[in-house]
Amino acid sequence: MNILLILPILVPFITAILCLFFWGRVHFQERLTVAGMLILLIIGIALLSDVHENGIQTAQLGSWEAPFGITFAADMLSSIMVTITGLMGLMTALYSVVGMDETRERFGYYPLLNILLMGVCGAFLTGDVFNLYVWFEVMLIASFVLLALGGERAQLEGAIKYVTLNLVSSAIFLMATGILYSVTGTLNMADLHLVVGDVKQPGLVTVLAMMFLVAFGIKAAIFPLFFWLPASYHTPPVAVTTIFSGLLTKVGVYALIRFFTLIFVHDTNYTHTLILIASGFTMVVGVFGAVSQLEMRRLLSFHIVSQIGYLLMGLGIFTAASLAASIFFMVHVIIAKSALFLVSGVVNRLSGTYDLKKLGGLYKASPTLSILFFVPAMALAGIPPLSGFWAKFALVRAGLEAEDYLIVAISLFVSVFTLYSMIKIWSEAFLKKPKVTPGQINFREADWLQMLFPLAVLAGLTLVLGIAVDPVYQLAQEAAEQLMNPTLYVTTVLGGE
Amino acid sequence: METVLAFVIGILFAVGIYLMMRRSLVKLIIGLGVLGHAANLLIFTVGRLTRGEPPLIGKHEEVLSGTFADPLPQALILTAIVIGFGVQVFAAVLIKSAYRIVGTDDLDEMKSTDETQP
Repeated sequence: MNILLILPILVPFITAILCLFFWGRVHFQERLTVAGMLILLIIGIALLSDVHENGIQTAQLGSWEAPFGITFAADMLSSIMVTITGLMGLMTALYSVVGMDETRERFGYYPLLNILLMGVCGAFLTGDVFNLYVWFEVMLIASFVLLALGGERAQLEGAIKYVTLNLVSSAIFLMATGILYSVTGTLNMADLHLVVGDVKQPGLVTVLAMMFLVAFGIKAAIFPLFFWLPASYHTPPVAVTTIFSGLLTKVGVYALIRFFTLIFVHDTNYTHTLILIASGFTMVVGVFGAVSQLEMRRLLSFHIVSQIGYLLMGLGIFTAASLAASIFFMVHVIIAKSALFLVSGVVNRLSGTYDLKKLGGLYKASPTLSILFFVPAMALAGIPPLSGFWAKFALVRAGLEAEDYLIVAISLFVSVFTLYSMIKIWSEAFLKKPKVTPGQINFREADWLQMLFPLAVLAGLTLVLGIAVDPVYQLAQEAAEQLMNPTLYVTTVLGGE
Repeated sequence: METVLAFVIGILFAVGIYLMMRRSLVKLIIGLGVLGHAANLLIFTVGRLTRGEPPLIGKHEEVLSGTFADPLPQALILTAIVIGFGVQVFAAVLIKSAYRIVGTDDLDEMKSTDETQP
């Protein structure tokens, strides 16, 4: 039993409980949360280096041996995701200290944030299908409340759509889990890998694969199941949008990668081609949606959809190189997209609006903020030497190697529009003469610096990821190789059978 | 018994989806609830129905023998019911405050977050 597998869940849980004890003392909750997230990040890095050195780690909860008990397993993909969760948690918490209004903080913002991260980490680490469902629900309930917290009109309208679609997705997930159990007699993912191939009705297995694809597809916002995302993600405060965009849809993508590399690999011609087609449509529809938007957060929300397409492209091509590219892309896009959302929050604090038509003159008002927008925006568009360039380069190369020329062409075509919409924000919000003058910076110097600090870290990371690609890319490659050879995962979990 | 339950599940799904397609918020939430029950009943049925065969190990035996009811699907349903209950309570509170703030329970009126212009 490796304690590092349990700590990513325990730390946010304990922090949340401590926050509840200090309900009335918001500033103490802030400090607790920042400390908790920092510990989570450190644990993530420790887990990553442990898995990197000693191979896949497992923990059997309650000492019930797999496949009978609940198994936790961390391979490279899981540990990379836990690390990035810690990073995102820390950055969001740091931003929230200044960026979140006190009313929301007083009504349990910090405990909810911690619970959300507990659910996310649990989903990344579990090795059991039903347990995954439970972690999804933990995460969803926290996200429901975070989305509606504050009770503004737009938030409630967005929350209704978000809650409904996610509950439908959960119902499909639950049904698929039940049928999967009745067909195979197990819910342990490693055990399923062994058993699914022997099922006498391959058609039923494909139906199950499609049910899981729809269930996770709704959560990951793939075409044609994405429409709840641009309707709801821009409504809560920016810190909440940031953590949602960074982690929640990515949990859906993670689940898809896990299921379609470990369990449903019996008919890749059908399932993975379908994923590839969906990814192409997701990219195109997402980016066209973004191009037509005039509200900064809505524009960025549509971009989330578009980027999900890239992540699925690697899964659809289904080679070690393409999966590695997808994982690298995931790290890149979480960082770059979160930085952009945080910038939109600061922009709103300066100008009082997200409307690109009304915004303007921000470059004159704050050159620092402009650079902090420009770097992640160009990274998202894929300009060298930033992280996005290498992520797209790797994906395109993997696509060419696998001779999937159409999807490569689509992905390059979509990049042009990504660049266009980023330049649109740049010229509308930063360069153009303002219709309303950006308000004087109406907060203290220390607050201003504290708001920009997480932005600077994230923007810096996209630059670092771009210049020093190799170490991170090697980790992604290692993760992809583990995914392509599930035998290793299976023997580690089931104990050398 | 399976046949009866299959029809019951089918009807529950139809009712749930029909209610969700209505414009009224209250019907939406009831529909979601019915859908959840349909899913639970589905798991119960596909987990194989056995009557009067509790999964208990006899006094002089080491392992289970003969036919017995699989307790796992029922454990899954129990968990799902508890989760579903929590979520539905939240949804009920959500529609109440949405009704109070937006002033309508018609879903077609709730499209301000979908418009291109902010």
